[in-house]
Amino acid sequence: MSEIRLIEIKEEILTDNKEEADKLRKKLKDRGIFLLNLMSSPGAGKTSLILRTIEQLKTKFRIGVLEADIDSTVDAEQIAAAGIPAVQIRTGGFCHLDASMVMKGLDALDLSVLDLVIIENVGNLVCPAEFDTGAVKNAMILSVPEGDDKPLKYPLMFNICDVLLVNKIDYLGLSDFRMKTLHERVRILNPRITIIETSCKTGAGIDMWSAWLAEEIKKIENEGNINDE
Amino acid sequence: MHELTVMQSILTIVLKHAAMHNVKKVHAINLLVGKLSDLEAEWMQRYFDYLSAGTVVAGARLNIEWVPAVLSCEVCQTRVEINKVNLDGIICPACAKNKFQLVSGKEYHIKNMEAE
Repeated sequence: MSEIRLIEIKEEILTDNKEEADKLRKKLKDRGIFLLNLMSSPGAGKTSLILRTIEQLKTKFRIGVLEADIDSTVDAEQIAAAGIPAVQIRTGGFCHLDASMVMKGLDALDLSVLDLVIIENVGNLVCPAEFDTGAVKNAMILSVPEGDDKPLKYPLMFNICDVLLVNKIDYLGLSDFRMKTLHERVRILNPRITIIETSCKTGAGIDMWSAWLAEEIKKIENEGNINDE
Repeated sequence: MHELTVMQSILTIVLKHAAMHNVKKVHAINLLVGKLSDLEAEWMQRYFDYLSAGTVVAGARLNIEWVPAVLSCEVCQTRVEINKVNLDGIICPACAKNKFQLVSGKEYHIKNMEAE
């Protein structure tokens, strides 16, 4: 029997995905496209939020949507009915999207006529937090009926997002959800996160969200213009 | 269930290093994993065994060193270890402020392997 050796590896797991994601980010930046990764648990209101966002921003930006679903096309059909190009990525049982899946999905959209692409990630607060999709910004929705304890259960998701939408605030009166406690818990994990309270049903907060998104898209456009000069 | 993807990534990296060093058998792989990850050691090993069957890595033990989730105070840089089920009322023990930066807990790193 030969001798046992200790061989140094010193590599990050998921490096491959990170490299793919960086490549995709660069490619989209060069083409002036803003990619937003939207995450939440199932039923928190991702599709409703996307429909609201389209309503608000379709005159300002040319929008496309990538819909990830384990095995259905229901969401993509709703988006397409709003007159927006939508591509359904069936993950075939996979619980998250990674950068190469997003790249494949984007190939099916005509990127030359788009300014903003929204990824509706798989409904799940665990796995999508681990995989960089190549998006410029990560957004998540937490809906009031899910409870204010979710940052305690899914801290990574709250840590990696740039913006949190607390949706279904029209339910606040019916629940014991503590908004202040939620804000405090989220800020411990991520002091720089933007928190916006919304209701896709009543439309509350949607103008603030749309303004945030429009501002972020403009920032990237301006960066591109500076680089061009 | 993203264990499978993570384990596949570990296996690919380990196989690459095994080939580089003419390894005949890998006995153990030493990993650093942040406590904020939702991976469970038992499932990691089970998925890993499933994926590594028939390779030089088959049967290798995954030794996981869990890295604590640590915050650093943005004002005075004092470090505070947190437990993810208790995030309420955390303030800096030195200056009593509550603005922090997460400095560890998200690790996903392969340190080395024991092989022959």
